Formats: sequence, C-alpha cells, structure tokens
Amino acid sequence: MSCKTLYDKLWESHIVRQEADGTCLIYIDRHLVHEVTSPQAFEGLKLAGRQLWRKSSIVSTADHNTPTNEWDKGIQDPISRTQVETLDANIKEFGALAYFPFKDIKQGIVHVVGPENGATLPGMTVVCGDSHTSTHGAFAALAHGIGTSEVEHVMATQTLVAKKSKAMLVRVDGVLGKGVTAKDVALAIIGKIGTAGGTGYAIEFGGSAIRGLSIEGRMTLCNMAIEGGARAGMVAFDDKTAEYLKGRDFAPKGELWDKAVAYWSSLVSDEGAQFDAVVELKAEDIAPQVTWGTSPEQVLPVTAVVPNPADQADPVKQASYTRALQYMGLEANTPITDIPVDKVFIGSCTNSRIEDLRAAAGVVKGKKKADSVKLVLIVPGSGLVKRQAEEEGLDKIFIEAGFEWREPGCSMCLAMNADRLEPGERCASTSNRNFEGRQGQGGRTHLVSPEMAAAAAIAGHFVDIRNWN
Amino acid sequence: MKAFTQLNGLVCAMDRANVDTDAIIPKQFLKSIKRSGFGPNLFDEWRYLDHGEPGMDNSQRPLNPEFELNFPRYAGAEVLLARDNFGCGSSREHAPWAIEDYGFRALIAPSFADIFFNNCFKNGLLPIVQPADVVDQLFREAAASEGYRLNIDLAAQTITTPSGQVFSFEITEHRKACLLNGWDEIGLTLRHADEIRAFEEKRKSEQPWLFA
Repeated sequence: MSCKTLYDKLWESHIVRQEADGTCLIYIDRHLVHEVTSPQAFEGLKLAGRQLWRKSSIVSTADHNTPTNEWDKGIQDPISRTQVETLDANIKEFGALAYFPFKDIKQGIVHVVGPENGATLPGMTVVCGDSHTSTHGAFAALAHGIGTSEVEHVMATQTLVAKKSKAMLVRVDGVLGKGVTAKDVALAIIGKIGTAGGTGYAIEFGGSAIRGLSIEGRMTLCNMAIEGGARAGMVAFDDKTAEYLKGRDFAPKGELWDKAVAYWSSLVSDEGAQFDAVVELKAEDIAPQVTWGTSPEQVLPVTAVVPNPADQADPVKQASYTRALQYMGLEANTPITDIPVDKVFIGSCTNSRIEDLRAAAGVVKGKKKADSVKLVLIVPGSGLVKRQAEEEGLDKIFIEAGFEWREPGCSMCLAMNADRLEPGERCASTSNRNFEGRQGQGGRTHLVSPEMAAAAAIAGHFVDIRNWN
Repeated sequence: MKAFTQLNGLVCAMDRANVDTDAIIPKQFLKSIKRSGFGPNLFDEWRYLDHGEPGMDNSQRPLNPEFELNFPRYAGAEVLLARDNFGCGSSREHAPWAIEDYGFRALIAPSFADIFFNNCFKNGLLPIVQPADVVDQLFREAAASEGYRLNIDLAAQTITTPSGQVFSFEITEHRKACLLNGWDEIGLTLRHADEIRAFEEKRKSEQPWLFA
C-alpha cells in the first residue's frame, strides 16, 4: 500500500467522479454561510428554480456587518441591515441545520461558531464564501474558501468542481519560547515562504511544535494558511482534537462517537508519505512577530528594525517596499519597538477565542491603557466566547484597563461595520491582513499576537512581550 | 455566463505585485446583495481621490490622475496586465465581478491567487499565467507603444502581440469548454445527480455522524 498524506486521504475520500483532465467533482460535507457572500447565490437558486441539495449541511450566522456595540439600537447602517435581513429571509425560505442570527447567544464569527458547536468534524470537507475557511483544517478537515458562484454550486449540487492541489508540509519542530504563540508561528512561516509561497498547495502543518499547540492555536495557524497563498491548511487528528470535540452540540455521541474516533484516528499522514514541498522551521528560532508593511509577508521579529528598500535587489520588491513604507508612514531603520500605536484591535477569526482573551488579559491585569492610545477594542469571536470570558472575569480586567469590551463579530478586521481606523491611524491588530485600507481607508495595520497587542495598548508602542512583567 | 472565444483588446498595464482583493473592491461595496454594478468602484481607493461609499454618484468624484486605470491611453482597456500574486486575499467574488463589470475580459500575470483565479472562470473572465520574462516583455511593449493591443485566442490557447509574436498558455479542458460555450456549471454538474446521490448514500452508511 502506498503511503498517503492527510491531504491525499481527505481528497480521495470525497471524489464523486473524475474527468480525464483530472478535474474532479468533490462532495462537500459542511457549508458555512454568512451574509456577505451568500445573497447572490440564493438569488441564483431562486432565478433557476433550484433548491438546496442538502439543507442539513448548512450552518449559518451573520458576522461581517453586525455592530459590536449598542445592540439595542439594531443595525444602524441601512445597507448592512438589508444584507443581514436578506440572510434571515433566505435561511427562513431555504432552511439550514442551524442558524445563529444577529443577537443570538451563539452568533459570532462563522469560523469561531462552526468549531465551538462541533459543526466542524475531522474528515469533513468544509467550505464557506470566505477565505479564512482554512481555519477548520485544524480538525484534520479539508477546508477552504470559495467564491459566490461556488457557494451557489454547493447549495445546488453539494459538490465542487476542483482539481487536486499539490501538497506542502510545513514542519515546525521544537518548543516555542515564552510569549511566542501560534500567531507568531503563522507570521514567521509567511515571512519565510511569502504570500504566494503556498499558491497551488494545500499545507499540512506538522512537527512537535504544532502537536504542542492547543486546538485553538492550530485554528489560528490554519486560519492564516491563506495569507501564505494556500487555500487549505490542515493539522493531523490526535487526542487533542477528540478532547476538544467531545460533547459539543453537533459532534457524534455514544456509540457513533466511538466509531467516529476510530475512523478519525486514520486522518494523519502516513510515515514516509511524499510531499511536493517541505518547509522546515525551528520553534526556538521564532520570536514574537510584527508586520511593518502592507502584506503579511512584510513581517519581522519584534527585535528588528524597519527594512531599507534600497537593500532589496529585486526592483519590483524594492518598489513594493518603498510604497509600503510610504503608506505605513515609517522610516527605514526605525526599531519596531519605537513604533507608537493609536488603536488596538483584539479580535477576528484569527485571534478572538477564549485562549486569546485569557492571554491578553494576563498581560493587561492591573495595568492601564497608555494615554496616547485612543481606543482598544476587545471583540470576542462569539456570544459563547463572550459569556465564558465574563464568567472568568476577563471583561472586568479589560474594562479596568480602559479597554472597550464589545459584542461578537468580524468588526475591525475588515471594517465593514462601524469599527474602523481613520486615515493615518496606526493599529496593533490581532487580525490577519495588513493590506492598504483593510481596517479603514488610510489606516495602518500591524499584525501581532493577542499578547503583543495587549502589551502595545499598555505601553503605547510595540514591546517585546518576552520582557514583560 | 458570457462566453469567451477571441479577443483583440487594449492592454492596461498595472505595474505592482500582490494586488489584493481589498484593493480591487473595498469592503464597503460588499454590502450589496446584487451581482452587478461594481465596475465604477473597481480599485476605488486608488482610482478616486475621495473616500467612496455605496450609492455615490461616481461620475462626480475626483479621479486620481496617477492611477493607471485613469490614464487616457488605457480608456476602454479589456486586457489587464499585472504582476505576481494578483488577486490575493479574500474570496470575494465581487473582485472578478468588478473587473468584468468595468469591461476587462482577460488578465495576464506571472501568478494569480488561487481563489481569485478560480472565481474568474465563473464570470467569463480569462486569467492567463505567463512566465515572468514574457510578462516583463509585455510590460515593456505596452509602455513603449500607446494603443498596445493583444490578440487572445482561447480555442488555440494563444496570445499574439502586435508584431506577430505568439505565446501559448495553459488551461484545463473543463474550464476551456465552460468559457468557450458560456456554460452554466451547475447545470453541467446536475447531469451527474445520480452519481452524487449514490456517493452520498454510501457516505451516510459509512459515516452516519456527518448527516446528523
């Protein structure tokens, strides 16, 4: 028997049919649906007189447009409100396994909501009209983002037309240092392979440092696979995966649980399985990371200085560095720790889970926000995360520090709601993209871990969290 | 879907790498529940000098004269010549919708982001990958001669320059057939509905927990 990668196993177990040119019809187990990328798909179904192929595959919530404060006033922006109400109406008409509408206790960011309800299971194919669907690969699932035409295709046929990607193994061995998180690992990997390094690949994250990560840490890592160009990131099944899932709403129970775990245990790459590419990092070499530019690959250890474009040999890269520094309002050779911040955002599908909030609270406890920092937003990933944090008293730690404790949603990760940067404002953000204008037109984003963001909020500038006390 | 067969189109050269989907169509325009009308907001933050919001009269907004799309020589362009990793970032199909709505029919770059690349084919847009040296040459030629056009023949899988130089490109048979014929992919897939149903039944018996 030939040795197979986890990706081989996931891919092969979902092939409905295969054409001569290698194009396959792939069966989809779970379809996550949110308000931004679904209205045109539902509209397409209606126009063609089609139904959902299997409504029990759909788990839905509203997240991108929902406000994070003054929920009693509803959604103030009429265009945002229309989009959320359109989702309400479409789910009512077409049906779903579960729908967590605006203000529901289980509402939240779709990539937080799916796993916490056990709606993401090992061995599944998981898709969503959102590129950060790669998050769900943390459960040994094949998960990736799709466009709206494909959303409609999955709704109508329960399949996708796709070709198999190449397989890449990113192996991180060793033990992560104090203050070094899954986010830093993700950014260090992207810094090494570049934002297009994973294009055409499905990435499996392996090695002892990855095994050492919690499931939430693995979600953070897989979440950012797309920032390295890979549609899908994944981690093999192990005891931690089972432990996380046991007892969750949509996870199997009783006899079915045992049967499922027996199958899931096969969801690992076989010893000797061949990958098309292998990238290796040593955990001990990874320092807390901070992005300095307008692409996630423009990232450096917190101990570094802002790079000088003149040092870049490639003219396209040199131009992009120059443009990035200009947009970011930074001078070459400035130490990263000298960069002041105006706002801090802790949230997003990358870093808004309970462990992220605990880590941030641990840094903040008993301290106050720097006066120079205008706003610190703490946006939990879901209503359940928010409730858990409040039960642990984390909300009080943040509020006492002068931070704002908000309602769940995507918020200032992409600034589709009212939470955004003003032109020129600089933000330490736990989100996933530092593109121009991502957090508001003219806004300047530095991607960091929750601990690093929390420390920047207290100090007023970036600090090396390893020296924090 | 609009079919794509042949195109002799004016080339707009956009000389920057890693153009992301947030730049192609900023988030505020994603609130629309329609599929059309995104063209005037394509590259909104680069194209206009003011801040754009849905519902504005774009014809009254101040244009950024330094942005390629606003160069008079590129008015009416149908081929977008770009650099590495074009379309990186989010899965928003609003990006190809905006590019198509603006009037582009084909894109040429050394590489595209996976999801964006895939989304193009669903909307009658042809993204073409060419080696970096070919793209460099096309950039040089486009810069040197105003009104630079390329002839793209999908059936033959070729790009022909004004001087008659021919470059070939790759495309899967499936995508080619869909584009050439303007086929509705859902309709095509539903021809295999019995196979999908049989696969599903087998899966249900083997992994019943997936069908709770």
